[in-house]
Amino acid sequence: MSEDYRFIGKRTPRKDALEIVTGKATYIGDIKKSGLLYGKVLRSPYPHARIKNIDTAKAEALPGVAAVLTYKNVPDWRTGMPRHVPVLDRKVRFVGDAAAIVAAETAEIATEALDLIDVGYEQLPPVYDVEEAMEPDAPQLHDDFPGNLVRGFPAFGPKTLSEVVVGDVEKGFDEADVIAEGTYGYENIPNPLPIEPPGVIARWEDEHRLTVWSGTQSASWHRFIMQSKMGFPDIRAIDTQCGGSFGSKNYAPLPLFYAAALAKVTGRPVKVCFTKEEHFGAFVLRLGSRFRGKIGIKKDGTVTAVSGVWFVDTGAFSDMAQAQVAVGCGEAQLMLRCPNWDFRTRLVCTNRSASGVVRGFGGQELESALSPILTMAMEKASLDPVQFFKKNYVKPGEGYIWRDGNYWVSRGRDYSEAMDSGARAFGWEEKWKGWLKPTAINGARRTGVGVNVHGNADVGEDKSEAYVRLNPDATATIHVSISESGMGQRSSLCKMAAEVLQLPLARINVTPADTMVNPFDFGLVGSRGTYAVGSAVIKAAEDARQKLFELAAPKLEAAPEDLETRDGSIHVKGRPEAGISWSKATGIMQTCMGFGRFEPDYSVPNFLIQFVEVEVDTETGRVDLRRVLSATDVGQIIDPLSLEGQLHGALGSAGIDTALFEESILDRTTGHMLNINMIDYKWRTFLDLPQFENVILETPLPTHRFKAIGVGEIATSPGPGAILMAVSNALGERVSEYPLTPDRILRALGKMGGRKRG
Amino acid sequence: MSSMKEEEREKIAFTVNGVSYELEIGDQFNQVAPSHTLAHTLRETLGLTGTKVGCDQGACGSCTVIMDGDPVLSCMMLTVECHGRRITTIDGLQDRRTGELDPIQQAFIDNTAFQCGFCTPGMIMAAKSLLDKNPTPDEQDVKEALAGHYCRCISHYHVVDAVLEAAKKGR
Repeated sequence: MSEDYRFIGKRTPRKDALEIVTGKATYIGDIKKSGLLYGKVLRSPYPHARIKNIDTAKAEALPGVAAVLTYKNVPDWRTGMPRHVPVLDRKVRFVGDAAAIVAAETAEIATEALDLIDVGYEQLPPVYDVEEAMEPDAPQLHDDFPGNLVRGFPAFGPKTLSEVVVGDVEKGFDEADVIAEGTYGYENIPNPLPIEPPGVIARWEDEHRLTVWSGTQSASWHRFIMQSKMGFPDIRAIDTQCGGSFGSKNYAPLPLFYAAALAKVTGRPVKVCFTKEEHFGAFVLRLGSRFRGKIGIKKDGTVTAVSGVWFVDTGAFSDMAQAQVAVGCGEAQLMLRCPNWDFRTRLVCTNRSASGVVRGFGGQELESALSPILTMAMEKASLDPVQFFKKNYVKPGEGYIWRDGNYWVSRGRDYSEAMDSGARAFGWEEKWKGWLKPTAINGARRTGVGVNVHGNADVGEDKSEAYVRLNPDATATIHVSISESGMGQRSSLCKMAAEVLQLPLARINVTPADTMVNPFDFGLVGSRGTYAVGSAVIKAAEDARQKLFELAAPKLEAAPEDLETRDGSIHVKGRPEAGISWSKATGIMQTCMGFGRFEPDYSVPNFLIQFVEVEVDTETGRVDLRRVLSATDVGQIIDPLSLEGQLHGALGSAGIDTALFEESILDRTTGHMLNINMIDYKWRTFLDLPQFENVILETPLPTHRFKAIGVGEIATSPGPGAILMAVSNALGERVSEYPLTPDRILRALGKMGGRKRG
Repeated sequence: MSSMKEEEREKIAFTVNGVSYELEIGDQFNQVAPSHTLAHTLRETLGLTGTKVGCDQGACGSCTVIMDGDPVLSCMMLTVECHGRRITTIDGLQDRRTGELDPIQQAFIDNTAFQCGFCTPGMIMAAKSLLDKNPTPDEQDVKEALAGHYCRCISHYHVVDAVLEAAKKGR
């Protein structure tokens, strides 16, 4: 089905491959600046406390210390949504919250100085449970948020989605053949945990101009978002290679605050790189998610009503949580075609390290909590889940209220064929024995299968701009603010431009992700790289090519539209032997600059179905993931190995394994996280790899010049729900707690007593 | 500058990527403090930043270098323990004069066996050490050799392909 392109869809080396395999790729930790100071953070041992007194004299007197800042003398900047998080506060709201920051000549001296700061804390009662935090007498985290309910800020405009209330749910439940209800949580607050901890270098060029280097995912955020939080300085944001992000390092407001505040008072550049422990305990966790509600369906799989309350726990503060609530509300509608909704949300603060942007962005969190109720309804109606998903996933011509509060009608694809292809390749019909029925029993070992779907309509979110510059030496430069955090997108953009310009990949390069040299780009979020960023680059390349042809036309005695170019030569179509070089067309002292802009489009949902097979040892309670199969339709593959890598990512970044063993363990007596190191926080090794297959269809999608749609982000999202289904089927018992550690399995089998853990 | 007497100083000598280094032990700039890890000395003192530090706790494998033929976690070795050692890092695998890559580097390129690339130097050094000792590993050998290496992007499948391909081409 795929068209025969010269670069698109071909297996080509990543543009930065040589740098990566030789150790020359430069990450934030590898960079030094002249006169650089190192910043460190003093962190609270208490989950909730007021700072009564703080004495920094001894720390300031330590040789090599350049500055010590507390809430008393930091700049008045605020982050969070709405702006409620100062650089440093008089209150601390989680174990690990910042109480003071230090800049010194070396990281060692800065760390030593932290021990010399005396802080007197007045401890306050903490609250950890999302619903307890809403009780009238609960401890209050922020003055601005009575009842710990985060209010305000239209993340996506004045109609930002915070609930789905349409139709008549009473009537809907009357029409239902079965109703399932309950309260289920996805509250293990896992850590996306890229290998590289976050880091920022800040340098003030003068009073008004700030340069920020960081290893982050979306370069422009440190300019256009952070400006509004810091009194609108002129920020130049530069991205280094980023050692993984998965949303969490989309930007890094607090590390940036610390570095910029210390740089301001010292007049020197300051680098703040978190330790791994800080990365675990004071950076970005997934949202906590709990859903209390009910779903009504008919015997034929028609969904008649969805009602309930989604409790979203954002931890100590909200950074983009409202945006995730909005996208979650939207994504639930993509997978559940239903005319009657009474779906409300509550966004709540609790005394643990804050949640932030994580791959899955609200949708995974909601779906994972919704999954037990949805599967219960399917079970009651004796429906095959694949058939249910086929019936209910949004199809072209059907609509949904998206994150901006507007009703969008899908111009995308009917993904039924992707679901069928996946089911065939997995052997679903043979392996699926019905609800709560194992696929096979082998002594104490039982095999079960599960399936789940996910989709997102953000692949065309927000704006992108690009310039493409054609140089007389027959090279091209793409000016775009795109960093490299693992998706290979900088390479894929080169492939798209190469296809338009018919220029070898080696002759195309992308400018550094630097807001001073590039136009605006929203960044690599929501799988928007292919459609949004790609379309801007393609338009810019086409515009530049047109200008080149206009210059060449008189010299070739032809009209611009009769020309084509290949490998840096321009000729009349069909006469490649009579070509002229680009430099002949432009002269050596001129370039051709093309511009492209992408306007937001929320009408093209992507999709992924994921099948899993698990083996459960009923003696030990151990669950082994044996096989994963993902199926999707991407319209057109841009780079086969990068796409496969994105889909394999289902196993990482707080995805599928959050149903098996991944969790941040919060001790609710002390507020401390108990597993904030890479030994105690469990992760999948090479020896535990399941068989992994990807079924990728390529049905051309007209919305993109090369018929493509992005899908990377959602690889992690269907997995957790699919695992619950598979393990339940293997055991013949419903299990619905994340993660399914051996104690929970043995308790479900009645082989272990004791209290259920939280 | 230093109050320390010359005769109290000790020196430590080792080779990195074929270059001999002799470093003084002490707490001044460009000296090796007794607390410095090999990873710190490589990156901060010698400027060899190809070796990456992910956790600094010996748990993620990203700082792996080859020492006298064996893969070691450079964040768990003190530099003062490395006297007389022969160390190879990712910065030294490519032939400096010819630009020729080690076959394992080429295989990583050919299989796009990375996403963010931060774990790649450590993985390549561990895989290089494996292939030096066992030129014909099977899939299980590769997985065991790399079991201590964390990759959150999940490039594992392409990494296994790359190591097996490098082994096959080396035969």
